[in-house]
Amino acid sequence: MTRMAATRDGYGQALLDLADNEKVVVLEADLGKSTKSLHFRKAHPERTVSCGIGEQNMLLVGAGMAASGYIPFASTFAIFTERAFEQMRNGIARPNLAVHLCGSHGGTHTGTDGSSAQSIEDLAVFRTLPNVVVMHPCDDVSTRALTMQLADTTSPSYMRTARNKTPVLYDDAAPGLIQIGKGIELQTGNDVAIIACGVLVSESLKAAEMLAAEGINASVVDMHTLKPLDGGLVDALVARCGALVTAEDHNVIGGLGSAVAEHIVANVFAPLEMVGVPDRFGESGQADEMLEIMSLSAPHIAAAARRAIGRK
Amino acid sequence: MSTSIEEIEEIARKCRVEIVKMVYRAQAGHPGGSLSEIDLLAALYSTRMKVRPDEPKWADRDRFILSKGHASPGMYAILAEMGFISHEDLKSYRVLGGVCQGHVDMKWCPGVDFSAGSLGMGLSFGMGCALAARLDKSERRAFVMIGDGEMQEGSVWEAAMAAAHHELGNLKVILDRNRIQNDDFCEEQMRMFDIPAKWRAFGWNVKEIDGHNMAEIMEGLDFLEAEENSNGPSILIAHTIKGGGISYMENNPAFHGAAPNDDQFKQAMIELGEVEA
Repeated sequence: MTRMAATRDGYGQALLDLADNEKVVVLEADLGKSTKSLHFRKAHPERTVSCGIGEQNMLLVGAGMAASGYIPFASTFAIFTERAFEQMRNGIARPNLAVHLCGSHGGTHTGTDGSSAQSIEDLAVFRTLPNVVVMHPCDDVSTRALTMQLADTTSPSYMRTARNKTPVLYDDAAPGLIQIGKGIELQTGNDVAIIACGVLVSESLKAAEMLAAEGINASVVDMHTLKPLDGGLVDALVARCGALVTAEDHNVIGGLGSAVAEHIVANVFAPLEMVGVPDRFGESGQADEMLEIMSLSAPHIAAAARRAIGRK
Repeated sequence: MSTSIEEIEEIARKCRVEIVKMVYRAQAGHPGGSLSEIDLLAALYSTRMKVRPDEPKWADRDRFILSKGHASPGMYAILAEMGFISHEDLKSYRVLGGVCQGHVDMKWCPGVDFSAGSLGMGLSFGMGCALAARLDKSERRAFVMIGDGEMQEGSVWEAAMAAAHHELGNLKVILDRNRIQNDDFCEEQMRMFDIPAKWRAFGWNVKEIDGHNMAEIMEGLDFLEAEENSNGPSILIAHTIKGGGISYMENNPAFHGAAPNDDQFKQAMIELGEVEA
């Protein structure tokens, strides 16, 4: 039986793991129980800063601490990080201060809270900022590993985590496999490459099973880092498979699909089908229901793969 | 303090000359807010700031955050006067590749602790510096200068509330209350009612002074540094004159962000005692 876990739990665990580094500080905006920074707060209250419900202030408090030698990890819901976009732009990205922002509850998969809480544009907006690393891991193990690595990076970052549990795809015994900026080919195939991030990685693996039953061998990649994009891996997939699908719980505008498209039009080109939220807002529903009505679930990814192959 | 009132006033006069020269050369920039703040900056830097101009990144330095980052000529002038940058560097104001970027930028100019330019951000950044100092068990302070129009940004009040909540006695704010913002007088754009009462209500120690009277400025800085005010953040509300020191710029909204022409430049140099009439 596949273990199920939420990526936000991996984030919370990583903060605890990082606590031995006395320069690590945690900033909260009244959502630590949800983003899972609360574990750090309970263990290290002296290094946890409550910013109240004030995301704009929180990010710049982080900037001031980063400029003073600290390593701030700030978190809130993905949707509320967007409220502080200009603080991230002018106060963090521009002076290149290593503040690490985590937006949990991203995507329509967030579910019943409805469209106001379902960020479908966070990856896009933060991807436009120079210096900022943008990530969306698929399980708690990789989230934990990537968060741990952030403490050693000199760039600011945005990481989206998810509210709901998804299948755990990595085991704890795979150190070195998960690296910021390096996509991971979970399954190798020659007919089509499915490049996914976040909650749609496991859906893509399911899609690959459906395709295999039809004799189509799909490669499935966990592209947990959208920026910097692993262009070398994309080039290799184009060369080997000749057709690409991207899959993300995010607007088709500006996210992983756009990042891959930007890369292949400037390098080696292949047909690309983008699976993503079709430029519309969500609504209240269960996570699996949301993936279905947004055309993001495994059958939709498989259909996109067939279309991509048909365009070769 | 070994620096006398007269000496600080002379530093401020020299800075005013440089402010007008910078904006005149660039034919762009923000003279009004630079002139209103400069007596405060001259006093702060020459008598209070624990900094090392030859080691601008010294970790235990006091921080100064010019949140009203458009008033950069004033900041550059005092940094040159203190020796962080050269007077020659001042010619790079708004010039491609220059250390004196249009708005103060920590990546470009030694002695600048925060990249400003977007209003409402510096107080939050200063709060982060103050928190870091406390964690480091350091005596260093974070001084932040904000503008009055800037207080219309909601995020200023997020920071005001949070800094008081965290009892940041090492956070010291100077408000340059010059009563004019980009488009017009503040009273016309957005009335702010009882400003001292607002800050008191947010939990701050508050004092008001005349921001061009050097004796009062020194009293105000004493207030910011006073032990009895170390229980939480403090703000010095300095009543100033936008464009202060240049007759035709004073209280004139047109000189928030405009450069003097040739005749106006000559007149300014006469008024500042640089050349004879």
